[in-house]
Amino acid sequence: MSTDVKIPQQLPVTKHAAPQGVKLPIYMDNHATTPMDPRVLEEMLPYFMEKFGNAASRNHSFGWAGEEGVETARERIAKLIGATAKEIIFTSGATESDNLAIKGVAEMYREKSNHIITAVTEHKAVLDTCKRLEKYGYRVTYLPVQKDGLVDLEELKRAMDDKTILVTIMAANNEIGVLQPITEIGKLCRERGILFHTDATQAIGKVPIDVNKQYIDLMSISGHKMYGPKGVGALYVRRKNPRVQLAALIDGGGHERGMRSGTLNVAGIVGLGKACAIASEEMSREAVQLSSLRDRLRDRIMNRLDETYINGTMEHRLPGNLNISFAYVEGESLLMGINDIAVSSGSACTSATLEPSYVLKALGTGDDLAHSSIRFGIGRFNTAAEVDYVADRVIETVERLRELSPLYEMAKEGINLKDVKWAGEAAH
Amino acid sequence: MSYSDKVIDHYNNPRNVGSMDKSSADVGTGLVGAPECGDVMKLQIKVNRDTNVIEEAKFKTFGCGSAIASSSLATEWVKGKTVDEALAIKNMDIVKELSLPPVKIHCSVLAEDAIRAAIGDWKKKQESAKPVTSAVAQ
Repeated sequence: MSTDVKIPQQLPVTKHAAPQGVKLPIYMDNHATTPMDPRVLEEMLPYFMEKFGNAASRNHSFGWAGEEGVETARERIAKLIGATAKEIIFTSGATESDNLAIKGVAEMYREKSNHIITAVTEHKAVLDTCKRLEKYGYRVTYLPVQKDGLVDLEELKRAMDDKTILVTIMAANNEIGVLQPITEIGKLCRERGILFHTDATQAIGKVPIDVNKQYIDLMSISGHKMYGPKGVGALYVRRKNPRVQLAALIDGGGHERGMRSGTLNVAGIVGLGKACAIASEEMSREAVQLSSLRDRLRDRIMNRLDETYINGTMEHRLPGNLNISFAYVEGESLLMGINDIAVSSGSACTSATLEPSYVLKALGTGDDLAHSSIRFGIGRFNTAAEVDYVADRVIETVERLRELSPLYEMAKEGINLKDVKWAGEAAH
Repeated sequence: MSYSDKVIDHYNNPRNVGSMDKSSADVGTGLVGAPECGDVMKLQIKVNRDTNVIEEAKFKTFGCGSAIASSSLATEWVKGKTVDEALAIKNMDIVKELSLPPVKIHCSVLAEDAIRAAIGDWKKKQESAKPVTSAVAQ
């Protein structure tokens, strides 16, 4: 969900004095990226100038120091997900991991079969990869989701056939934070001998993941979504029961067991490892903190404003995610009114393509409500004071924009907007 | 892409927000766009029937900052103009005034449509109010 429109930094005329303990601008877009945890940065620093060796330099202490940093990170990542270190491959990020997992499996098993199953709400890194495979002659099934955002397990079962080699379903959605039933999906796949990949970019470090308990065969991980550095990620590749084989995307030296050539981004990897170590320690406590802040934000907003709708189920959701549609108010104009707060919107006006969020569309949310949606991503460094400030600013901006809105006026007059013949409808 | 100061100004201080009585004989109402498109503009004009001058204009818009600014500007521009002068307003004039980037040009088109729709509505009212000349021979 890219926000290509730059919202101006200058504050609106109605001056908003930041309350005690609130520093502006506030960052509440933690699904887009996260600030680095200071402990991660500290862990990485030695690897830039002192322990700068190439981890593949086998013959001197500079190389060994780099290798040690990498192997420690490997262990830390494995520990977080219940895997073994040998099953962790380092990449440039989850997008590359998704590409490697899906294309790697497709190519390796192409003699056997050519059917892949995914879902319509996946990240573009998965969807676009599947689209490319379709061009090469693979058959891809894009499962719909229910109104709550969850994949229907019966639909999945029906889609699976003897030509299916891979199911790829994300653990947590980046827009609506919904958690898919990974364990059940994994079990269905394991029973049928179908490989199961999950893009866990948004889930890692936020909800518990166990590759064995959840029957996961491949998993994509990203550093910058969990208070680690950008430009580094990992792919979990199962070695036992079953042993997963992948065709490499990148050739050149055979690093990472031949699966991903290229000199390792040692500092980045060390950072990713530390981010995972922190998550291992702090995840359960943090989840409680985040969901408490998220619920506080939700309640403060929804107790004050009417006609606000949460997109996606609250029951199976990332602790820090909130995605709300504010009827009769368009998303980009709302962002403009809260320009001292960083969040994003599913409105078409904020995307380069002028298409509204395809994830919200998949839920059956009407385009008008998709245009009116805001995604809040609460993270490790957000505070209760910030949440209250954000809620109040959202409330006052929505109220102001509703006064400007012809739709709100018509709704208040009792007109059912769905019955209106809109002049612009023909164009769509 | 960032907003021009003028767009920001219109967003923070929109001119002529409000509604007029739709049923009044001197009021023309234009409602353009569609909620699914993310853009709906309602523009109303009150015209002096003797001089054809637009004396009052009001707007309400559901849309992005550029859409709000375009329609706010439109109400500013039509006030004091005759109906025919207002019809001469082109969307590219709005684009230039607000420095709209290419991806937001459609907002100015909608504003131009809104002006025309309001004027069209007013004209229709004037037509139907005209007395019908009897063709029956005495």
